[in-house]
Amino acid sequence: MKPAPFAYHRPASMTEAFDLMERYGPGGRLLAGGQSLVPALNMRLATPAAVIDINRLPGLDGIRVTPEGLVIGALCRHAAVERSPLVARHAPLVAQAMPHIGHLAIRARGTVGGSIALADPAAELPACLVALDATVRAARRGGTRDIAAAAFFLGIYTTALGPGEIVTEVVIPRPREGWRSHFGELARRAGDYALVGLAINSRVEGDVLLEPRLVFTGVGPTPARAAGAEGALAGRRPDPPAIAGAGRALDADLDPPADVHASAALRRQLARVLLARGLRGLMES
Amino acid sequence: MDVSVELALTVNGVPVRRRVEPRQSLADFLRYELELTGSHVGCEHGACGACTVRVDGTPVRGCLMLAVQADGSRVETIEGIAASGELADLQRAFAEENALQCGFCTPGMLLTAQEILRRNPRAGDVEIREGLSGNYCRCTGYHAIVQAVLRAGGVREKGQP
Repeated sequence: MKPAPFAYHRPASMTEAFDLMERYGPGGRLLAGGQSLVPALNMRLATPAAVIDINRLPGLDGIRVTPEGLVIGALCRHAAVERSPLVARHAPLVAQAMPHIGHLAIRARGTVGGSIALADPAAELPACLVALDATVRAARRGGTRDIAAAAFFLGIYTTALGPGEIVTEVVIPRPREGWRSHFGELARRAGDYALVGLAINSRVEGDVLLEPRLVFTGVGPTPARAAGAEGALAGRRPDPPAIAGAGRALDADLDPPADVHASAALRRQLARVLLARGLRGLMES
Repeated sequence: MDVSVELALTVNGVPVRRRVEPRQSLADFLRYELELTGSHVGCEHGACGACTVRVDGTPVRGCLMLAVQADGSRVETIEGIAASGELADLQRAFAEENALQCGFCTPGMLLTAQEILRRNPRAGDVEIREGLSGNYCRCTGYHAIVQAVLRAGGVREKGQP
């Protein structure tokens, strides 16, 4: 299939981008990496009046360390994040998640900001950001606004972004002493949307988990924190009985959807498998 | 309403200037405007990899990039890359391992295989399979393709032509 006709704009400045967003309102769609928008155009699931290509906005493609933490620009390609030594050092969870995002050629174009602004419930980055207490920074005409990742993802393809706001960067707090992380997922084919994914971030003292954060993907409309399982693990060693208890708690934590790829029961089972593997990975890391 | 846009790029080293509709994908642009039919349009949503081309040195999905987005870029298709001789060993290995069946996926497979070996000539079975996971072969010939990439990688490693 081919896209319906649309007007194409390529703003060279934020001001120009804001002007275009105002001019077209909901009829204008921002194009960053295009790895989700362009398929939607091709299938005519999206038929915007205008596509506003923000790829040439200046200053949104850097990765840097500041006193706030690791800052990743919205236009950074997944491939750049994947091979960034700064990301590997300051956000190992994100570095671990990157190879799971799409395929090689998809990661060459897809962007961090696009993935976040799209808010696909199966996406890897949103779950990592929630697990890491990261902040999403958005710009609008006349100012910027910081939104906690946990408050950013509101539903399937729905975020806290208001009209006229553009994600400009994410801020990941500096790694804290004693914290460890692990990312894993189960997909039918490497690079496909995961049936279930799991980002773990936890303080580890000796071999005891403190303040564990378990954030699942693909099991609900937003990145899903598993509060019951976190409670079952907090203050404990992740030994087989503790893992089994946390796995049982997932039944109440998660309400996964059923679709052509997997039943809800299968997704629950896969979540338990991932949890056990993830905890093992975390302790070995 | 005419929404067409002017674009200028180089394709396989040749400067190209055209006026296109913004909705035209890079893959369709190459096929219909330039008659470079090596990049195939399969699924049009980024799953099959038959449309793979290189933009500024990096393999991308030709169906997930608008032609206008390639304005100012250096695009290489299988035609140009094969003619340069860069893929000669891979092409030979594909023939020797019977990794060509209908041929529809082959250009994308070759470009992706080249990227895998560029990153790591010693790539093993798992790395190659994972790297090629974004390319469908509907003749079910994956095993032969993986063998061909392994063979080409092995030859490169030994530094033979």
